[in-house]
Amino acid sequence: MATKNLPMREALRKALMEEMHRDQRVFIMGQEVGYWQGTHRVTRGFIEEFGEKRVRDTPISEMAIGGAAVGAAMAGLRPIAEFMTINFAFLALDAIVNHAAKIHYMFDGMFKVPLVFRAASGWGDQATASHSHAPEPIFAHFPGLYVGCPATAGDAYGMLKTSIRDDNPVLFSESIALYAKPGPVPDDDNYLIPVGKADIKRPGRHVSLITYARGLEWSLLAAKELEKDGIDCEVVDLRWLRPLDTALVFESFKKTGRAVIVEESLPFYSFGSELAAQIQEHCFDYMDAPIKRVSSLDVPLPYSRHIELMALPNAEKVVAAVKEIL
Amino acid sequence: MAAPTREQQVEWYRQMVLIREFEEACYHLYAQKRITGVYLHLYSGHEAVGVGAVAAMERGKDHIITAYRDHGVGLAVGVEAKYLMSEMMGRRDGVSGGKGGSMHLASREHNFWGGYAIVGGHLPLATGIALANQYNQTGGVVISFIGDGATNNGYFHESLNLSGVWKLPVVWIIENNLYGMGTEIIRSAGNPILHKRAAGYGVRDMERVDGQNILAMHAAVKEAIEYARTEGPVLIEAMTYRYYGHGVSDKQYDTRLADELAQWKAEKDPIHLFRSKLVGRYKNIELELNRLDDDAKKQVAEAVEFAEASPLPRTMDELLSNIYVD
Ligand SMILES: Cc1ncc(C[n+]2csc(CCOP(=O)(O)OP(=O)(O)O)c2C)c(N)n1
Ligand SMILES: [Mg+2]
Repeated sequence: MATKNLPMREALRKALMEEMHRDQRVFIMGQEVGYWQGTHRVTRGFIEEFGEKRVRDTPISEMAIGGAAVGAAMAGLRPIAEFMTINFAFLALDAIVNHAAKIHYMFDGMFKVPLVFRAASGWGDQATASHSHAPEPIFAHFPGLYVGCPATAGDAYGMLKTSIRDDNPVLFSESIALYAKPGPVPDDDNYLIPVGKADIKRPGRHVSLITYARGLEWSLLAAKELEKDGIDCEVVDLRWLRPLDTALVFESFKKTGRAVIVEESLPFYSFGSELAAQIQEHCFDYMDAPIKRVSSLDVPLPYSRHIELMALPNAEKVVAAVKEIL
Repeated sequence: MAAPTREQQVEWYRQMVLIREFEEACYHLYAQKRITGVYLHLYSGHEAVGVGAVAAMERGKDHIITAYRDHGVGLAVGVEAKYLMSEMMGRRDGVSGGKGGSMHLASREHNFWGGYAIVGGHLPLATGIALANQYNQTGGVVISFIGDGATNNGYFHESLNLSGVWKLPVVWIIENNLYGMGTEIIRSAGNPILHKRAAGYGVRDMERVDGQNILAMHAAVKEAIEYARTEGPVLIEAMTYRYYGHGVSDKQYDTRLADELAQWKAEKDPIHLFRSKLVGRYKNIELELNRLDDDAKKQVAEAVEFAEASPLPRTMDELLSNIYVD
């Protein structure tokens, strides 16, 4: 397939732009998505292209943004609601988990809620505790909601298109640190990555590095480093935290017998703990070593830069974890 | 109310120029990467609002809380510039030990309950602090600043209403600088006359005050505090303007709003206006004011020197301290 090299930001922008042209029911709302050109420039040019009807600047009203998206979706529109950063989605948690995620079930299928909550995620650059979250696993806790977390520009493109076209609510997390990162993006308006389909980003034999979003970068760097020692890592990028492609995880683990789970979020009640539990339950006979987890440390993130970096995962920590179980 | 004395006014002038110098220094230090991070919101242009309000407080008895645009309040309540500057730089001597950064300054001993980065998040805290004062019959009043943009989130409505229901001793001050990030108030508020919201909550409406005029600010807040101390909550809408756009992430303000900004600076600069007034009223005051201008520069230079000599936290103990009360 022909591809174009684009930063993730542009890949997302292209997906949004194409889907808005494709379906008049799709519209976008959020803080500064219009005249300010998008806080992260994902909606650059949209207000000029689509006008105020379909590109709606909102007040700083997360509860209403989240809940209005649910109502509009129930009534036949296909809203894309943007949270400037995922930290502010906490203010809309009720709309997301009690309404978006539950309405289809609670009314036994009477209503559909086809919406996408987009949110810029992740920590770093001294954003401080309240602005330094990668809380995707919190959202993945709730049945009824899909959670997408792309790690590459191409995946971001295909996953966002799928999320917009799907009839279920999707929490779509975009890592701020990856917005500028380029990658090949297919030249195909209908490039769709199925919900819940993981991807092997690097095949290998000795150990499975299981990750998503920013963790992919650290995992691939670690794999490269470990290659020097003759250690062959398989890197599994989950892409969706819900549905979770456990089939591919188990297949990889059964081949390698060892796993390091790499995530940017916090370690308690986490993506890592869920996966580790699933693996031991389903692949017990294949386990050659304890499952390791690399994540942020269990601390709110401080502002000061050295101690901030200390708390965060990176490729060296992945390398060290792999060496512990080989 | 007794007219403010010459001495009081000279003190207010001192605070205002100190804030102006401090913020200019922050602006340049950030450009030179001596202050790092992603968030830095300067108070330049707002000086009369903060200094006027603080001047109306009964020190040691009344309380103050604000959002992330918090440097000015810190200086006005009397925290030494060197400890605030150390926080900007994430140093051990910072008011929050380098953990909080620019958006999270606070000083217990000055009854300054902090700057908060989630829009509206501190408003219910103000309600709670006021409740504690009512509960303990301290006679203390809480001043809570509110961005114009913050009046559109649920926290604002719930907090004001609760203060009205319980007749709490709070003075709510909207710092209406006409924008929340890039959104003008007329595009985010159904009724852009923000003080009118008081009526809905049983909060006394003290209407608009010229936030560039320190004497007007001081008089209004003084009256508000006296009312709040015995009767209950008050809302003031102070009209002001931000000189450096939203924050360091706002790269377009000086081009986007060049004319408007120039006009505010030329016609409504709070320091310039106050200085002219003082010079007109008091003979021989100019030399004294000039000396305060020089002192402010010197004090800020010393603060920068102090901060840069203060160590950066580097240890695991520092990272992990104070997650819980020991
Ligand atoms: C709940 C929440 N939503 C969005 C943001 C991002 N944000 C930070 S400041 C800001 C604008 C606030 O404007 P205003 O209340 O007018 O205060 P000002 O910056 O003008 O002082 C926004 C949208 C946030 N920090 N918290
Ligand atoms: Mg504002």
